[in-house]
Amino acid sequence: MINLIVDDKKIRVEEGKSVLQACLENSIFIPNMCFIKTREHPHASCRLCFVEIDGLDRPVTSCTEKVRGGLVVQTATPSVRRLQRMAFKLLMSAHHCHPKVCPVKDGCQLIRTAKHLEIGLNPRPLERLDRDVEEEVDLTFFTYYPFRCVLCGKCIYVCRQKNGHNPLTFAKRGFDTVIGFFARGDPADVPCHHCGACANVCPTGALVLKAEYTKAATANP
Amino acid sequence: MSRVDITKRFAPIQREAARRAEEKKTDGIPTISIVMSTCGLASGAAETKQAFEEALLHKSIEARIVAVGCLGHCYAEPLVVIDHPTSGFPPICYHQVSAARAKVLVGSYLEKGDPVFKYILGATEENDLIPAVMDFPRFNLEQRLVMEQCGRIDPDDIYQYVAEGGYGGLVKALGSDPEEVIATVETSGLRGRGGAGFPAGRKWRLARDNNSEGVIVICNADEGDPGAYMDRTILESNPHQLLEGLAICAYAIGANQAHVYVRAEYPLAVKTIQQAIKISEKLSLLGSSILGTSFNLEVIVFQGSGAFVCGEETALIHSIEGKRGMPQHRPPYPVETGLWGRPTVVNNVKTLSCVPSIITRGAEWFRSIGTEKSPGTAIFSVVGNVNHPGLVEIAMGTSLRTLIFEVCGGIPKKKSFKAVQIGGPSGGCLPESFLDTPIDFDSLTEAGAMMGSGGMVVMDENSCMVDVSRYFLDFTQNESCGKCTFCRIGTRHLLTILDRITKGEGSEKDLGLLETLSEDIKSGSLCGLGKTAPNPVLTSLKYFLEEYEAHVREKRCPALKCRALTAFYIDLEKCARGCDVCVGCCPVEAIFTTTGRKKAIDQEVCVKCGECMVVCPPEYDAVEKVSPPELAPIIERSPEEKKQSK
Repeated sequence: MINLIVDDKKIRVEEGKSVLQACLENSIFIPNMCFIKTREHPHASCRLCFVEIDGLDRPVTSCTEKVRGGLVVQTATPSVRRLQRMAFKLLMSAHHCHPKVCPVKDGCQLIRTAKHLEIGLNPRPLERLDRDVEEEVDLTFFTYYPFRCVLCGKCIYVCRQKNGHNPLTFAKRGFDTVIGFFARGDPADVPCHHCGACANVCPTGALVLKAEYTKAATANP
Repeated sequence: MSRVDITKRFAPIQREAARRAEEKKTDGIPTISIVMSTCGLASGAAETKQAFEEALLHKSIEARIVAVGCLGHCYAEPLVVIDHPTSGFPPICYHQVSAARAKVLVGSYLEKGDPVFKYILGATEENDLIPAVMDFPRFNLEQRLVMEQCGRIDPDDIYQYVAEGGYGGLVKALGSDPEEVIATVETSGLRGRGGAGFPAGRKWRLARDNNSEGVIVICNADEGDPGAYMDRTILESNPHQLLEGLAICAYAIGANQAHVYVRAEYPLAVKTIQQAIKISEKLSLLGSSILGTSFNLEVIVFQGSGAFVCGEETALIHSIEGKRGMPQHRPPYPVETGLWGRPTVVNNVKTLSCVPSIITRGAEWFRSIGTEKSPGTAIFSVVGNVNHPGLVEIAMGTSLRTLIFEVCGGIPKKKSFKAVQIGGPSGGCLPESFLDTPIDFDSLTEAGAMMGSGGMVVMDENSCMVDVSRYFLDFTQNESCGKCTFCRIGTRHLLTILDRITKGEGSEKDLGLLETLSEDIKSGSLCGLGKTAPNPVLTSLKYFLEEYEAHVREKRCPALKCRALTAFYIDLEKCARGCDVCVGCCPVEAIFTTTGRKKAIDQEVCVKCGECMVVCPPEYDAVEKVSPPELAPIIERSPEEKKQSK
């Protein structure tokens, strides 16, 4: 076991864990979108889980830092907050969703993050960006909503873990990056048995299993 | 195996190389060396070669035509060196040898012995008859270490490389302990030429220490900066030097597998390196039990599909593994877990190409070139507004002023220098006050630019710094892999803001936002691409703030570059009666005849292409360009004419 100090609070965690996981397990919330605790190499793409660690001259992502004895971590310094707020605003500038119609059952992770960062859901001073994609994209077994997606990559990871080779992947690049589904021809030939793991892990309701397949998913979890 | 045995195995290759070189020297047949790398071919070297062949055949003159790599003198392509031993002249370098000039050269020089002085760039060695190229600043201020043989030898002929001492470094390395080789590279102080400048020797040692399941070495030739072509030239002009460096590195770290990651957009480089690998394997300089030792090395060429981000080492490794080229958080560094989870050394083409001479001539010799902390040379592809663009190799520590104004001949058309962009889209724009900055890793980083892989764009007074930043951001946001938030969305915001400013729609708030956002992208991004992408914006904001302010506050582009903020008009004092050139060239019929048969521009119709300014005869020089556009006097077009033009 390892002792570390987070925001003046002593916590004890097992060795090998990341600072982010250590904090989350000890009820210290750090905003995060792409973190999966079983993942060996953290994806580190959402850029929300910044913390400051004594001895390092700039904020670092807590998912990529392993716990070490005597570590002193601060989760809410001005420079941490500045980066987190900017990252959040950037995400919101490309996220066209409204809390009133939010499809996520237990509350969207983005709303929780906004509350934690004490800012609104509006990306100001950034403007809203438009993208050259459809509001709804048909991915054979799923409906994909690019304007809800924050490209955390969790769906791709869980599918690969569960099913080996998977048809879900990132497609295009830069600002146009989307989740793609490589399936052509007869749906029966597609290496996907619509288990729904990907849709379940989606933090923003961007990937939804089509109604005709949800029954199969609940019957065969 | 002892050192003696290895040398013995190498001796026949050396003998053959010496025999061929001697034969060439003594048989009296003229040699025509044509620069036929991509740059040469683009300026017509293939046609030149054909013209030489036809002319020689026609006149029944015997001569040897050799396709050599690039000399780096892009401004003078196609370059040809003719060595005519019986003429009494030294080997002569000719510039801009078109097919027509090739025919003249065969007729006058090879047939009649007249070297055609007006086509001469210079002699390649000191003599009493023709000024030697070595006397020009472009040649004598350069210090060629990596590019020493580029453009002098046939890249497809391994014996020419061996005759110049090639593969001697490998022979020497194989005869010593790998530890010794690493120690030599460490003492030499060689730093990675890919951009960050990490000490190569230390990287090698880390990999060697991690060698549990077979280390791999990768040569990174995924050069993607706009306007940079150093790696391509080296691959095309002297592939064996790179292979030798690669083999020495592999031997030192204990690798049996090497990959050369080269862009598929470089077909000639791919072909040349593949050919070189084949020949080296045949001569037992690569492949299994190299020169009779127990050292095996398989070299695999991997063709990248042209994503800029794949130059980042973790993305490059993903790409070889068949995955999407997306960078990954470091640590773990590739020297810990890299390709297929094995410790991997990723070195740039130029880094590896430095290695053979370090081994042959020693670490002390290498340290004697360049500066204390950045020994050796730097290779830049200097492009933009300079008289002599091309590839330049200079000792580290040389000042930017020497490089731009002496080696590259300064700014053309007597215009003044404005800025230099170093390090490609990840680098920064430095103003005139930085011209005395020495070129080395640390000084450039301190100034806000970076060494990068060696792209250098020189800009004159007519370049708009806002527009330049917009150009680079357009590139990086396009090339972002889309993984992390800051780079994916942040760079797009930077681009939209810059777009707005160049259109005159920017506000004071935009300037503040540009700066904050740039700083956040810099500290928040996952990989090097995002961390450096805002550099052009940050440096131009720092050194050229007044230009941004002019765009925002006065809607004025001081360099008269941003189309929305400029206008053309015709000065009626200067315009000639009855001259219709501008009317004829205007693509949108915006020019009409006004009082006194003089011409005027209909500002509503004008698309600001600037053609009228180009064609207006210099004796009138009546077309003026102004910013902001309101400065252009408005001359109304008569309603009938308006109808007609529509």
